[in-house]
Amino acid sequence: MPVITYRDALGAAIREEMQRDDRVFLMGEEVAVYQGAYKVSKGFLQEFGEMRVVDTPITELGFAGVGVGAAMVGLRPVIEFMTWNFALLALDQVVNAAAKMLYMSGGQYKIPIVFRGPNGAALQLSAQHSQAWESWLAHIPGLKVIAPGTPYDAKGLLKSAIRDDNPVCFLEGEMLYNTKGEVPDEEYLIPLGKADLKRQGEHCSIITHGKMVLVAMQAADQLAKEGINIDVVDLRTIRPMDVEAIGESVRKTNRAVVLEEGWEICGVGAQVVDYIQRDCFDYLDAPVIRVHQADTPMPYAKGLERAAKPDLPKAIAAVRKVMYLD
Amino acid sequence: MATKVFMEALSPTMEEGRLVKWLKNEGDAVKSGEALAEVETDKAIMELVARGDGILRKRLINEGDTAPVGTLAGVIATADENIDSLVAGAGTAPAGGAPAPAQVVATQQETAGASSVPRRPEESQGEASTPPQQKVADVPPAPPARAAAPSAPAPTPAPAAQGEVRSSPLARRLASERGLDLHSVQGSGPNGRIIKRDIEAAAAAGAAAPRAAASAAPSAPVIPREGDFHDEPLSQIRKTIAKRLGESIGPIPTFYLTAEFDLTRVMEMRKAMAELGDQFKVSVNDVLLKATAVALSQHPEVNAHWLGDKIRYHNRVHLGMAVATDEGLIVPVIWDADRKRMSDISREAKELAKRARERKLKPDEFTGSTFSVSNLGMFGIDQFTAIINPPEAGILAIGTSEEKLVVVDGEPVVRNRVRVTMSCDHRIIDGAVGAKFLQTLRRLIENPLMLVF
Amino acid sequence: MTATRTAAKRKSDPAPQGDAALNLEMLRSMLLQRRFEERCAEAYALGKIGGFCHLYIGQEAVSTGTMSMLRPDDYVITTYRDHGPALARGMTPRSVMAELFGRQDGCSRGKGGSMHLFDANTNFLGGHGIVGGHVPLATGVGFAIKYRGGDQVMVCFMGESVVNTGAFHEALNMAGLWKLPCVFIIENNRYGMGTALERASAIHDIYERGAAYNMPRNQCDGQDVFAVRQAVGEAVERARKEQIPTLLEIRTYRFMGHSMSDAVSGTYRPKSELEEQMKRDPITLLRTHMQEAGQLTDEQLQKLDEELKAIVQDSWDFAEASPELPVEDFAEASPELPVEALYEDVYADTTT
Repeated sequence: MPVITYRDALGAAIREEMQRDDRVFLMGEEVAVYQGAYKVSKGFLQEFGEMRVVDTPITELGFAGVGVGAAMVGLRPVIEFMTWNFALLALDQVVNAAAKMLYMSGGQYKIPIVFRGPNGAALQLSAQHSQAWESWLAHIPGLKVIAPGTPYDAKGLLKSAIRDDNPVCFLEGEMLYNTKGEVPDEEYLIPLGKADLKRQGEHCSIITHGKMVLVAMQAADQLAKEGINIDVVDLRTIRPMDVEAIGESVRKTNRAVVLEEGWEICGVGAQVVDYIQRDCFDYLDAPVIRVHQADTPMPYAKGLERAAKPDLPKAIAAVRKVMYLD
Repeated sequence: MATKVFMEALSPTMEEGRLVKWLKNEGDAVKSGEALAEVETDKAIMELVARGDGILRKRLINEGDTAPVGTLAGVIATADENIDSLVAGAGTAPAGGAPAPAQVVATQQETAGASSVPRRPEESQGEASTPPQQKVADVPPAPPARAAAPSAPAPTPAPAAQGEVRSSPLARRLASERGLDLHSVQGSGPNGRIIKRDIEAAAAAGAAAPRAAASAAPSAPVIPREGDFHDEPLSQIRKTIAKRLGESIGPIPTFYLTAEFDLTRVMEMRKAMAELGDQFKVSVNDVLLKATAVALSQHPEVNAHWLGDKIRYHNRVHLGMAVATDEGLIVPVIWDADRKRMSDISREAKELAKRARERKLKPDEFTGSTFSVSNLGMFGIDQFTAIINPPEAGILAIGTSEEKLVVVDGEPVVRNRVRVTMSCDHRIIDGAVGAKFLQTLRRLIENPLMLVF
Repeated sequence: MTATRTAAKRKSDPAPQGDAALNLEMLRSMLLQRRFEERCAEAYALGKIGGFCHLYIGQEAVSTGTMSMLRPDDYVITTYRDHGPALARGMTPRSVMAELFGRQDGCSRGKGGSMHLFDANTNFLGGHGIVGGHVPLATGVGFAIKYRGGDQVMVCFMGESVVNTGAFHEALNMAGLWKLPCVFIIENNRYGMGTALERASAIHDIYERGAAYNMPRNQCDGQDVFAVRQAVGEAVERARKEQIPTLLEIRTYRFMGHSMSDAVSGTYRPKSELEEQMKRDPITLLRTHMQEAGQLTDEQLQKLDEELKAIVQDSWDFAEASPELPVEDFAEASPELPVEALYEDVYADTTT
């Protein structure tokens, strides 16, 4: 099977869907002439022309709304935010327009749109450029929220997202664009709302998504050397969340660590823990522990940044704690 | 025709209004839409307008007075119309509907110790219009806090009998499954928390451990294997059926389906098999068990458990069979009964019944059934209704098999017949679903060769 | 409504002040909005309509004049002050009143309410509740028309307070930049809630803002339906034929408070101003014009008014008879299965 980057997997997904359906277009800052701030849309302008690969002014609220309007009347926009940090300016369109249109119109106007872009911290980008937004978005009924951790998942999920008739927020890991993985040449789709058991083990579950999937897999590798086998549940879709998969894993292992990039308070992990206490109460042998970013804006200095981010040592320490090993 | 003037809700949140000023005098002619009075709402000063043409015959609220929404404020009528009856009821209660909301507001504010000073209109003039909130009157007022209530007995705290035990939920469940007293277990977790490994250690140490198997797989709790079932969240109709029928009869809304099956071919088969040798002998009950299990495998909608918020449909058939013992009823389980040969079922049923009577069943031999059967045929019972073994969806009650005169092709003939009655949990099974299951069962029993297929 | 459809056929002649039939249709459209909303006020006072309710009374010439210049396949989007435009666009009084009453036969099944009237049949893309939020949607629809190579026009109504939002600027910039077939109509009724335009905008002739977006711009009297038709007609023509957007400021006045919980006059505008403005009631102006031109008798007017009152009463009765969407339990009497109505339309079932 070919090995390609996360970036190329995303590009291939959009390209294939644009070839398949001429209602699909890509719009955002620097997507056309510059070929994408992260080069996801390399070669798109030449292939599809300027009506379908549209450079916008720096105007997130405006072009997010343009996408919603176009979706109202039957197009299927893919709206690229240069990063989700900038998408905050567009939240009114995402939350008040896209997410609610179908409901407040009594089912008359669906909004088949994908909002996508890099999410989460990279390296030393400091406070305003280093944030993970999935819990904000997942709070909103009417939105679907995806955060893939591998090239394979990125492609299959993005294709499904573009074909979905609902607004989908697609959060790409900023640090994942260069990571590589096996992606088949032939077409495939991954259904939204289904978690993936990335690794099987009976001692403890790590429930995670997005960039942190890699950290969880590394933790599982290390712990396996000590004879501790980890179930790694990659949520892949944050909303709707695969509650069954979480329950199945935790009922098997009796212990869980929830690992995410974002902040603690009202984070994705808080929701996961809620599902666990509801569905798996009698199966828990230890309190669930969460690993997440420190409750501060992201600092710039290397040492401070490392201290603030969730990482491999923190994930391993959490597993040892729920295993009563320390 | 006279038009009543009511204190209207002039803002979404207005419960009462203060009549600031009448703009019309009694006797003035007014037109629909014309302002009659100025009313101070909780947000602003608004105009109360006439809803009909005529003469303002009566003003029923004094300037400066506050009245709840719905209070009769005046009457518009023609000059000569008799309005006595309209005016008579004024000033007492708002016209029908909601209880006087103003009183509720006052009560709540007093309870909360808040001042009930109304906001000045200019404070709210420039604000965004407030969204309508839940009407205060809809909220039951908090019970007034009583300063002294010596007669009310204080709730007795739960006795802390032998000291607090800290344990994980899993440890509690495992202890209860193994009959262990948590007080006798030493906890090794933080603050002495008893966790799974402590229960396992205690179970291994104490002879009380009923099952050797428990220690064989120390990290594997007794849980169903993946793929043994699938859960379906309750649909709205299932929820509604469950709720309503549950109210109708007991916690399990049961209905009963009775059918009579012809055993002619079963008898023929038994005879033929018995002729092959003793090892091929099977009872009618064995055939019925096997047939039921096979029918269940074809009807997963019956082979199900009610779990309160969902229905669990089992992919494997574990058949419970009620056995009467001196101690009372127990239901041993034939695991994967649909996949077992009739000879296995026959032997296992015998063995289980025997050990049940000797009280030698292991826990996993009497738990985990997905559906049950009860047979009172040996007592000469024609038919009966059995009580469902929760959380199962149903139970099959088998009566005695006996020769009966029946009509076949217009001729009276003697046939071996058996009556079965299925008790169904209506939350899971609807009438037609149960009936289809019995249809399948009939086909199998009346054509028992299908059971070897 | 037939008024709109028939009127639309005469679009080639934007100001046929002598066309008695067209004038009668426009009078009918405006008077329907007026009578309808008078009953809305009553229903609101009786608690049959809840929440926010923003009346359009006084501005009817803007909606009627504009809609009379549109084709059925054009698109319309507006703010939360949407009853008038919805009716003028041809939505039935029944579906609108039932929506205001929160009933299942409402255009949005009782889930949108006063501020969120939608109707796919008339391409009415909604009333929207966030000031400025719908303007980028209009640009998006304009983009979609161009993307498909169509010749429809997108008409976007907004109040004058919208021009100070970022969304307005961003949306108009892109519409001007990309040459999209949009007509942005500012219904300048002078007050954003209680804040006068002069206290909110650095320039007072706000159509001049179109200059910043390289956009043709114009201003007209919104109480004169003929003036509205003239100005909108030019803009629609330009959008349809040349794909050039226009910013149009139509000066009007609302005779009611900002919403039902707001006094008609108050600290922000004196009663005298209101009274002065009400002398230029758009319905009176059209009626007077017709009477003077011999196009309307008192008898005709009275008959029309009675007919419209009956239509509005019918919408009220219809709304009252329509149930709310069922929740949880199904009624004993109803054989239908319960509908999980509360949760319907949060997500669409994906079919592609």
